[in-house]
Amino acid sequence: MSTAAARKPMIDMDLPPHARHVPATHWRNAKDEAEAAKLGMWLFLATEILLFAGFFCAYSAFRLYYPGNWHAASSYYLSWKIGFANTVVLLASSFTIVMAIRGAQTNRQWMIQLNLFLTQLCAAFFLVVKLVWEYWPKIQEGKLPGGFFTYAHSQGPHDHIFLSIYWIATATHGLHVFVGMIVIGWAMWMAARRHYGPKHYTSLENIGLYWHIVDIIWIFLFPLLYLV
Amino acid sequence: MSGHHHESYLAPRETLWKSIMAWVYTLDHKRIGVMYLIATTFAFLLAGVFALLVRAELWEPTRTIVDEATNQTRVVGQFLPGWTERGLPVTPNNAYNRAFTLHGAIMVFLFIIPAVPAALGNIFLPIMLGAKDVAFPRLNLLSWYTYVFGGLFAVWSLASGGAETGWTFYTPYSSTTNWGSTTAMVLAAFILGFSSIFTGINFVATVHKLRVPGMGWFDMPLFAWAIYATAIIQVLATPVLGITLLLLVLERTLRIGIFDPAMGGDPVLFQHFFWFYSHPAVYIMILPGMGIASELIAVHCHKKIFGYRAIAFSSIAIAAISFLVWAHHMFTAQTAAFNAVFSALTFLVAIPTAIKVFNWISTMYKASIALNTPMLYAMSFLFCFTIGGLTGPPLATLAVDIHLHDTYFVVAHFHYVMMGGTVMAFLGGLHHWWPKMFGKMYNEFWGRVGAVLVFIGFNVTFFIQFFMGTQGMPRRYATYVEEFTSFHKISTVGSWILFLGFLIHALVFAHSLVAGRAAPKNPWGGLTFEWEADSPPVEHNFDHEPVITHGPYDFESVVPPHCSEQDFPLHPAAQNGRAHGH
Repeated sequence: MSTAAARKPMIDMDLPPHARHVPATHWRNAKDEAEAAKLGMWLFLATEILLFAGFFCAYSAFRLYYPGNWHAASSYYLSWKIGFANTVVLLASSFTIVMAIRGAQTNRQWMIQLNLFLTQLCAAFFLVVKLVWEYWPKIQEGKLPGGFFTYAHSQGPHDHIFLSIYWIATATHGLHVFVGMIVIGWAMWMAARRHYGPKHYTSLENIGLYWHIVDIIWIFLFPLLYLV
Repeated sequence: MSGHHHESYLAPRETLWKSIMAWVYTLDHKRIGVMYLIATTFAFLLAGVFALLVRAELWEPTRTIVDEATNQTRVVGQFLPGWTERGLPVTPNNAYNRAFTLHGAIMVFLFIIPAVPAALGNIFLPIMLGAKDVAFPRLNLLSWYTYVFGGLFAVWSLASGGAETGWTFYTPYSSTTNWGSTTAMVLAAFILGFSSIFTGINFVATVHKLRVPGMGWFDMPLFAWAIYATAIIQVLATPVLGITLLLLVLERTLRIGIFDPAMGGDPVLFQHFFWFYSHPAVYIMILPGMGIASELIAVHCHKKIFGYRAIAFSSIAIAAISFLVWAHHMFTAQTAAFNAVFSALTFLVAIPTAIKVFNWISTMYKASIALNTPMLYAMSFLFCFTIGGLTGPPLATLAVDIHLHDTYFVVAHFHYVMMGGTVMAFLGGLHHWWPKMFGKMYNEFWGRVGAVLVFIGFNVTFFIQFFMGTQGMPRRYATYVEEFTSFHKISTVGSWILFLGFLIHALVFAHSLVAGRAAPKNPWGGLTFEWEADSPPVEHNFDHEPVITHGPYDFESVVPPHCSEQDFPLHPAAQNGRAHGH
């Protein structure tokens, strides 16, 4: 019928979906397509790092301006135990998503689905802890950024700046975790349709890369905000 | 049914509705490029109107179009009722601030950043590489819709009161003035940044993964090199603008206070953030123009480009150095040692830039130059860009900059680089590739008339501003001392000549689309892949994947595709062939 369809190779419908993958018409082969997708993802991750670099620069600037106040505010407003629990959970989720990719490489469909589910569980745990044990009490006590800061027992003149950085950095990170849950949810749906297999798991790998960067950013945020 | 794969990419579908939907959902890089071309042209018109208003206002030392006696805007305000209805006092100075802010913000974020890469680059980068499309066609379409979405925010801001901060949005002015409309403009720039990132990611991946087999890095046309360098800056600098503008929006809405000195914040921190993006961003604006200049000069001189690798590497060098010079915008606000470092780094940019200029001039030396409209623009580019470039080092010199900071000297320098450089190159590229994009020739005579008028108008408008600046005329003032009157009048007359030039170009292009004669496949005798394709190209650019048989500028040894020796009697290859034949 159509010449474009005629040029495509015949597809054996008995094969599982991941073995039926045909590259888009503008690609010369599936390898180029997969490599380009990964390159695009790495470039996107570079933009993510630079985006968060803005927070880290602002953090450094104000730490230099108000070293004593900054240092004291960290331990005064934030609980390292909560931060540590979330760190452990995120690290675990980085491991499970790698195991999901391993499942695709070795064509064990149950392994993909189980590990994606575990990753999703960790992400949800992280967000729930963040919202219920960190954000909600702070909102109630008025430990809010900048002009909304109303907490009665502030311990230094620039606490509101520290909380500004804390709120915007962790909220932006939390938003990334939430977006991660959406794309991992999409990957679970694809996995349920047996979309991933040893020769075709590019999007799963890219989601894994994204999840790692979300994890790594937290690895920097945690010590900077909670520990030092 | 199958026909459209072998028809022009512009060919309509069976019904009007299908034709419209084919554009709305198109994944074809050429169609997306055309949509970008239309959208950026609209932005250029809009911002151009504000430029004319600004110049008209400066005709007299006191008010011209905004009236001080009644304290009401007479011209600008009439068209924009929102400017007075917000219950905020609109003084003539506010109105003037808004006019130049809208000019700057729309020109920078909606026209000059996307115009060359996203319009011409989108259409020609894949074709020049022998590819069927960009690496991620859907991301490409998303980029266009993101651009339009951001553009709507800008229009919303414009209609609801505008912004008066200048396109740089400096705090604390930007964080304290006129509520909703400044936020809308900042959000517009934030959203447009995403569009720019998408384009950048797409082009880097395209250059890496979609070159035709056998095409090495140094077989690429120089336009592709320039777009590649641009795309890298787009990817690496734009996120910093994103976070900066996000912080500014949060400053305005959540009062986070990090740029507010009253709350212990630091307004200069904003400037560091802003310029860390926006200085590389001026190279996002100029590098594609340089790429076009390389193509125009080589093709219309029918001569191998001088110093191919030097031009290619200088693009990358400019991209790299661009990240290390941002603090030269704050020479008046920093310590001497810090300034000295950034002054030295800024001088470094002059080196790769000069390498390019010398290579272009060397290419023209003893060449058989065809003075077509694109070549006229290439020469305008060389002339204006050299002036713009050479007025950079005085500004990079600390002591001189203290005197010239925030004067018309800076305005003139910026416009010589951005308009004299990028816009001239863009217009040259538009004429150069017009026959390929739309399959129609334009009227060469009137094209040249327009080019000459734009060149004259531009220089009349801006050359005088160097003198105004050294005499001490500060920028961004609606009124000035009477001594500057004749300077400003000359400049304003220049803006009218410019307008006339653009008007002629618009008519020439409209005439071409309606009544232009059909374009041959290779009207200029170029050697890159786009001249092997049909005019306009088919949906996937080529009927068969092109084969790379020669370098992009081997004019002395290759007769251009689809050309006979009679077409280009002055062509070196034709001359060699004839000599050989006898």
